[in-house]
Amino acid sequence: MSREDIQTGLAEILEEVAGVTPADATPEKSFTDDLDVDSLSMVEIATAVEDKFGVAIPDDELGNIKTVGDAISFIEKNQG
Amino acid sequence: MSTPATDVVVTGLGATTPLGGDVASTWEALLAGRSGVSRITDDWIKEYPAQLVARLKVDPADQIDRVRARRLDRSQQVAVIAAEEAWKDSGVGDAGVDPLRIAVVFGTGIGGALTLLGQDDILEEKGPKRVSPFTIPMLMPNGPAAAVGLAVGAKGGVHAPVSACASGAEAIRWGLDLIRFDRADVVLVGGTEACVHPLPMAGFAAMRAMSTRNDEPERASRPFDKARDGFVLGEGAAALVLERADAAKARGARVHGRLAGAGGTADGYDLVAPHPEGEGAARAIGAALRDAGLTPADIGHVNAHATSTPVGDTAEAAAILSALGEHVLVSATKSQTGHLLGAAGALEAVFTVLALREQIVPATANLDDPDDDAAVQALDIVRNEPRRTTLHAAVNDSFGFGGHNMALVFTTA
Repeated sequence: MSREDIQTGLAEILEEVAGVTPADATPEKSFTDDLDVDSLSMVEIATAVEDKFGVAIPDDELGNIKTVGDAISFIEKNQG
Repeated sequence: MSTPATDVVVTGLGATTPLGGDVASTWEALLAGRSGVSRITDDWIKEYPAQLVARLKVDPADQIDRVRARRLDRSQQVAVIAAEEAWKDSGVGDAGVDPLRIAVVFGTGIGGALTLLGQDDILEEKGPKRVSPFTIPMLMPNGPAAAVGLAVGAKGGVHAPVSACASGAEAIRWGLDLIRFDRADVVLVGGTEACVHPLPMAGFAAMRAMSTRNDEPERASRPFDKARDGFVLGEGAAALVLERADAAKARGARVHGRLAGAGGTADGYDLVAPHPEGEGAARAIGAALRDAGLTPADIGHVNAHATSTPVGDTAEAAAILSALGEHVLVSATKSQTGHLLGAAGALEAVFTVLALREQIVPATANLDDPDDDAAVQALDIVRNEPRRTTLHAAVNDSFGFGGHNMALVFTTA
């Protein structure tokens, strides 16, 4: 799956879980500072990402995912 | 006991109920004699002896943003809807009140039962990793109070009384105390409940507490009637804004009425059965009267708890009669709303304030043939049509499993 496709899929999750406008879900955006996603919503997003992209996100990795771009890179690297 | 001097008034009202999505539509439907009760048609209900429910008239999804709603239990969604209506109605939000002087007291009887049960289903089906991270904040019984506190920016304290079906009334008494003890200038109080689900329905049915008049939903909740056979479970929330009378006057607020006093007692008799003569209930009403500095002759109206259970209604009739006398005009509005459990006391407090403001006493629906009980016979229970009259003060009482008794005294503004 290309980075663009991953970004699109991630944007759908962000809209569903946190009400983020898809056009705002761009790689440089910080989940907490720019998109107003709190820690519990991040857990929900991680679960949805695991389901949608077939990747496992260990808790210690979740803390390193600060931006949309971080998430895209993680998914890109770990997808089957 | 000395009566604290602080005058406390009601400047905001809010509700979402089986009769309407706000206070105005609920009150209109109440006076028009409409019922909020219907029969459940879902498959799961087939084995149940009691199949009736008073569901919300307006789906919370139509009143609250989707993203906001998905992290709130249904009991929290309706709490926020009612609270925001009351808050807007009061105008406090635009009055520049210090958030440190704003408090919230919001009760619930059951808490986030739908979340607890729904997440347990997910746990069983999909395992612990799929349980929502919002499970705990959505099921905790202080969750509605916390959600309301966030919605209005209250930083003076957020509290959540839990006393079954007296929770809403207890929240109001608690709010009165917070203002009297100068712990807050404004308190948003209320109660909420949303637990229509197979498990609570089965539990209440097992207690033989619910009406089984399944073929006549709108006739099922019939407080004080000879043929009453239990309550109808309802869902919803109601809220009131309380503030010091001088502060309300200074900012030019519209005052709906005055919360003159409150009383609370415990039966000390049985876990769930009320004292048959309503001894604890009568003491609560008496305490509320003394707190308000009024006498029984001052009280013109009682919005009764009257849930339509065989033992509860007669015990309450005895309590009203002994504490107040025969002259009061009694209404049992659960005949139309169903029993909103932890929200009931708050909703009926809203009705009591409106009765005083509008000088009209709502009718008790379905009271075709009053119980032979001497106290029921002695009381003037308004039926058939609302009654226009002159009212200065009114009582709203609420009782909860556990022997909790609450009484509130409201007066005209």
